[in-house]
Amino acid sequence: MRFRLNGKQVDVEAPAMKRLLDVLREDCGLTGTKEGCGEGECGACTVLLDGQAVNACLVPFGQVRRRAVKTIEGLGGRHPLQAAFVAEGGTQCGACTPGMIMAAVALPKDATPDQIREGLAGNICRCTGYEGIYRAIAKARQAEGGPPRTVGRGSRSTAGKPGRRQRTKSSKRRTGR
Amino acid sequence: MRSALSALELLEPRSLSHALALLRDAAPVVPLAGGTDVYVLLNAGTPSGTRYLNLQRLDGLRGIARRNGVISIGALTTFAEIRRSALLARRLPSLVAAAREVGAVQVQNRATIGGNVANGSPAGDSLPVLAASDAVVVLRSADGVRRVPFDGFYTGYRQTVMRPDELIVAFEVPPVPGRQWFRKVGTRAAQTISKVVLAAVRAPEPRVAFGSVAPTVVRARRTESVLASGGTLNEAAAALMTEIAPIDDLRSTAEYRRRVAANLLRQFWTETA
Repeated sequence: MRFRLNGKQVDVEAPAMKRLLDVLREDCGLTGTKEGCGEGECGACTVLLDGQAVNACLVPFGQVRRRAVKTIEGLGGRHPLQAAFVAEGGTQCGACTPGMIMAAVALPKDATPDQIREGLAGNICRCTGYEGIYRAIAKARQAEGGPPRTVGRGSRSTAGKPGRRQRTKSSKRRTGR
Repeated sequence: MRSALSALELLEPRSLSHALALLRDAAPVVPLAGGTDVYVLLNAGTPSGTRYLNLQRLDGLRGIARRNGVISIGALTTFAEIRRSALLARRLPSLVAAAREVGAVQVQNRATIGGNVANGSPAGDSLPVLAASDAVVVLRSADGVRRVPFDGFYTGYRQTVMRPDELIVAFEVPPVPGRQWFRKVGTRAAQTISKVVLAAVRAPEPRVAFGSVAPTVVRARRTESVLASGGTLNEAAAALMTEIAPIDDLRSTAEYRRRVAANLLRQFWTETA
């Protein structure tokens, strides 16, 4: 079955009801996409399907025919988000990180801080407390020339200088959306 | 995935009429749209069947349009599309509000309104909105079209009036008179299954529809009558208690659901006064 994978046309033989997640990991050798819950709750398996974030554990391979899939490997390791996650402590155990970054890639360029939180609400992280992740996304958007913004609520005058000191109790409470 | 892949089959209809013929001739067949419910069961090892019907390429079942005074919402319309619809924002804002609360972005990009209704969970976020807006379910089979009022669609827990050879193709929503109100109560804003949902309409003939408080979505007609005839909120809440039958489960207790249902009714009525 033909589809586009990380910008290249590929032809992969696999059962139509096989999960896209398993086709990526087992048939394509792309193990960057992780399995977490297997029920669309945790977002660890987030990939882009025609540019939209989806849970690869809930997508039948048969529905990927002639469509475009992008995985964490498709970012090439040098994407500003990847660098920012490393620099800002946006990753600890790493299990959620590929899905988190793919969900962030799918955000609109002009997303507001609230939209960023909502856009990542389907991705669960048990290590970081999320603040490092939000800092990383804010930093990457600056690197990409986006509007200088921080995500934490109550950080009014700190826009443009994302840093560890901006962690606030109020923003921590809003973790999840 | 805890289901045997080799036993699973995905049928690929070329058209709606081909899909309807397969539903009639290849039964039992489980329609598969966004997969966000079907694959949860497959992953858990409790699949709904072994033969699935891929609806994805039936593009005629997508989209939101105004036709002859009613809004027609194709069964394959995703919750992300519902959130983006300017027509729904104007005419059926409570459905847009419900769509925002379905799972999170990844699920909203895939999950369809037809799937939400066909899955039939009493906690389905869009169901109270469809009940409160007097929606009509459009069913197609190889024999023709059947229109069923949403309020008469469910007959019991995950039971509907649909025949196995029928497919939900659209929902038709007539103009809703009055102010629409929606609130879902869960443990958190995203990725939650509701404890109680209320979709309501403030009008001379108010409409009240609750989710997650009975085996099916409940259109609370007695409560509506009390409100319409100028009864007090306490009288309306008392009527509501006779119309809902919540249970204890892992998300909530029946007692909590009764109290929250009454509180939501009060909040709806005072906020729309």
